[in-house]
Amino acid sequence: MSDTDLAGAEEVEIETVLNGKPLRRRVKARQHLADFLRQELELTGTHLGCEHGICGACTVLLDGRSVRGCLTLAAQVSGKTVDTIEGLTESGKLAVLQNEFIARNAAQCAFCSSGMLLTSYELVSSGERPTRAEIREFLSGNMCRCTGYHAIIDAVEAVIAKSADKQAKGRP
Amino acid sequence: MASPASSTTGIGARIPRRELKRLLSGQGRYVDDIKLPRMLHACFVRSPHPHARILSIDTEAAKQAPGVAAVFTASDINPKCEPFVGIALHRPGHRSAPQSLLAADRAVWQGQPVAIVVADTRAEAEDAAELVSIDWEPLPAVADQIQALAPGAPVIHPELGDNVAYDFSLEKGEPAKAFAEADLVIDEELRFERQMAMTLEARGLVADYNPGDGSLTVIHSHQSPFQMQEVFSHQLHIPEHKVRVMSPDIGGGFGMKLNIYVDEIATVVASLLLGRPVKFCVDRLESFVSDAQARDHHIRCRIAVKDGQVTAMELDDIGAVGAYGMPMRFNVAEGMMAITIAGAPYAFENYKARTRSIYVNKNLIGMYRGVGMPFACITAELLTDWAASKLGIDTIEFKRRNYRPKASLPCVTPGGQRLETVSFHECLDKLAHVIGYDRLRKEQQELRGRGIYRGLGIATFCEQTAYGPPYYGPSGASISTQDGCNVRLEPSGSVRCITSLTDQGQGTLTSIAQIIADSVGVAIDQVTVAGGDSAISPYGGGAWASRGTAIGGEAALRAGTMLKKNILSLAGAITQTPADALNIVDGHVVNRKTGQTVISLADVGRIGYFRQDTLPRDVDVQLSVSASFVANDKMYYMANGVQASYVEVDCDTGFIKVIGQWAVDDCGRVINPLLVNEQVRGGIVQGIGAVLYEECVFSDDGNLLNGTMADYLVPMADAMPDIVVEHVETPERSTQLGAKGIGEAGLIGAMGSVWVAVNDALKPLGAKILHQPFTPERVLDALARARQGQSS
Repeated sequence: MSDTDLAGAEEVEIETVLNGKPLRRRVKARQHLADFLRQELELTGTHLGCEHGICGACTVLLDGRSVRGCLTLAAQVSGKTVDTIEGLTESGKLAVLQNEFIARNAAQCAFCSSGMLLTSYELVSSGERPTRAEIREFLSGNMCRCTGYHAIIDAVEAVIAKSADKQAKGRP
Repeated sequence: MASPASSTTGIGARIPRRELKRLLSGQGRYVDDIKLPRMLHACFVRSPHPHARILSIDTEAAKQAPGVAAVFTASDINPKCEPFVGIALHRPGHRSAPQSLLAADRAVWQGQPVAIVVADTRAEAEDAAELVSIDWEPLPAVADQIQALAPGAPVIHPELGDNVAYDFSLEKGEPAKAFAEADLVIDEELRFERQMAMTLEARGLVADYNPGDGSLTVIHSHQSPFQMQEVFSHQLHIPEHKVRVMSPDIGGGFGMKLNIYVDEIATVVASLLLGRPVKFCVDRLESFVSDAQARDHHIRCRIAVKDGQVTAMELDDIGAVGAYGMPMRFNVAEGMMAITIAGAPYAFENYKARTRSIYVNKNLIGMYRGVGMPFACITAELLTDWAASKLGIDTIEFKRRNYRPKASLPCVTPGGQRLETVSFHECLDKLAHVIGYDRLRKEQQELRGRGIYRGLGIATFCEQTAYGPPYYGPSGASISTQDGCNVRLEPSGSVRCITSLTDQGQGTLTSIAQIIADSVGVAIDQVTVAGGDSAISPYGGGAWASRGTAIGGEAALRAGTMLKKNILSLAGAITQTPADALNIVDGHVVNRKTGQTVISLADVGRIGYFRQDTLPRDVDVQLSVSASFVANDKMYYMANGVQASYVEVDCDTGFIKVIGQWAVDDCGRVINPLLVNEQVRGGIVQGIGAVLYEECVFSDDGNLLNGTMADYLVPMADAMPDIVVEHVETPERSTQLGAKGIGEAGLIGAMGSVWVAVNDALKPLGAKILHQPFTPERVLDALARARQGQSS
């Protein structure tokens, strides 16, 4: 390995399913997933707030589980599925959450929203029936600096209540 | 104006923000999402020392690194920009050393930029920045204002002689006499540590200088494009009409993105030197040492009480403002706001106060939500709450007796605040009802018997909103306190509006759309509003000091009203009807008496733009109008409110939990309660964070010890309470719209109420906590001191 490689030029090949479509790319070994999505694929809906794993703005789904895009290397997603705000919006899977967020003004600058929505999606699609306090706990890895969290919790609670109603009525 | 009660999409309606669908789909366009052709990326080399001499800088290795276009130091960058001197001309004695963009011989805070590396990618710029070699000679540094005032302390700017930036005193009435004659004096020293604004999107810009025509376009995550247009033009000698500043979607501002930053301007200079677009986005770690910070005050405060009435108050404030005066935004403001507003709700006339702003080897203090107003609230509310307790008077009753009575309005407080339409008593009465005051007090008493220490804190505040020209005008800063709005009828009958305002998430643009919809007479979905572009909108201030809707909304109301008049005039000419017999309702011109549609706006637009040949020759078609608004004589619109916090202190661990939080706010006319309420809640959460968690921890010699988000705590969802928001509406009388500001109210009131609530919880233990943030360690220390018989 030369000095240039040490400076970050080393590349690896990955194969993944991104937003439902197969993707094969050479990626820089040192590039994290959020930078890869944003810089190489122009999927700029994934935001970077801290790049050290605290704020949650870069949250994406890896095999359906929320992960920090800044703490995951692009090279690590090979053989796994990745879902971002763009894909989950286009597929309509986020629509119910998005609509409740909008109706309650559960976003201001919206820089946290992609991560907040994806973490919320993981919770609402788990089939659990969490309490309000448990919703707060589940979302406590996503910082929102603008809202008071109240409307976000209301929105997630409303979506969970609706899906529980549907289940109770025996509908899909 | 249109009747608020009758509108479902206009003024007063709870309608969701129109930008949200786009933003919540990942389709926002924040500054770091933007790529321009041939764009380069900048990274700064910053001083690792709080105070050090630069002996030499070697940039050769960095210049040879892969992808690097240039490495610039002070000798390249500084000659292109006039140095800033951050002093307010209307404050005699205010001093600062001039500040250049890059440190040349000496760095005076840890994080001060020294060199800028410009490369093809940010990663390459960062790699190369590590190769810049600087030979430093560390110098003695001072981080604390009290130490900076002591004889023999390192002097940060030797040409100033000492570290005092500003020393201001005021006195009204006979405070010494009132204290001498008092039945009760409460006297405390409070400490407020430094904190960050912590916008989730850090600062950033793309500077694009075009050497072909000498124009500069800056896409800037900033709250005031017009301020920056002026700064870039004036400091860099580019003709103002060739400078365009646009704010894209912005990931939070909170005042922090209102300040002037040397690294941002150095990025523009790099674009000038290279003739290519240059992007600079602050990463989180450098935001800790380069964003303007806030607070950092020692405040001694006392009140005098006689016969159950507050008769006098005194405040002595010492703030550490960092290494320089903040250009144009003046970091003496926190102290000045604190001492001029403290006690404003209370009817005493004897007052004495002093504020000193002190230079230290830390990053600059700048604008951040609340600007000193939390100190005004906390000092008065804490002291009056203790006074009430000592006198055995219920705190609500004490406030009722001591607030300035409505009959005394308008009045000027001894601190100089003009109160006209404030509503202290109404807000307090509503709050007491909403929180179930008597029930909470009963519960608190019962739980104390079981060793559970809960506290109830109530805080009254005044919020100066929508600053006017009497403040910034005489300061010498080219800061416009007006706002403007252009509104035009499109040929299809819809309405397009361009405002000088910016929106960092408040929802201001939606509020403007509501006002335009009402004032023209169309449905809100027929209105688009754009803002944040200094080249295309009428001139204006932007978003700061809780001003957007109050000032820009009034401009929109006036522009919409003018457009309506012009449309009716044209419709009258087309239909040969007197214009005053016509009105616009829901996109149609109707007969005012019968309500019958006379002509649609689409037909007015079509004829107005394409079939002028069918009109009489003297009909003057003006379907695009602009209006600006500023209140020439108004220093501010004073908003007010009352908040309550209900907290529980775990005396074993020192942890504090906020169980309930309530706000009753009076921001005048509420344009959109959905947006206003979450804005208040957001402010409250920042206020709770400030009191309980947030602190930039520095060593005595100015090294930042907790410069990551893992170490600097912010409020997260699990630790925050549900928050009830209610309103009293006392419209501002000097505008048609009647709106005051709302942006800072949540934070100011919450800081006050949490301070009082935590101390209320500790009362039966004889403990006081006077050092913010109230970390578990400080809580346990306060309890230990109380056990040893000292109160603080």
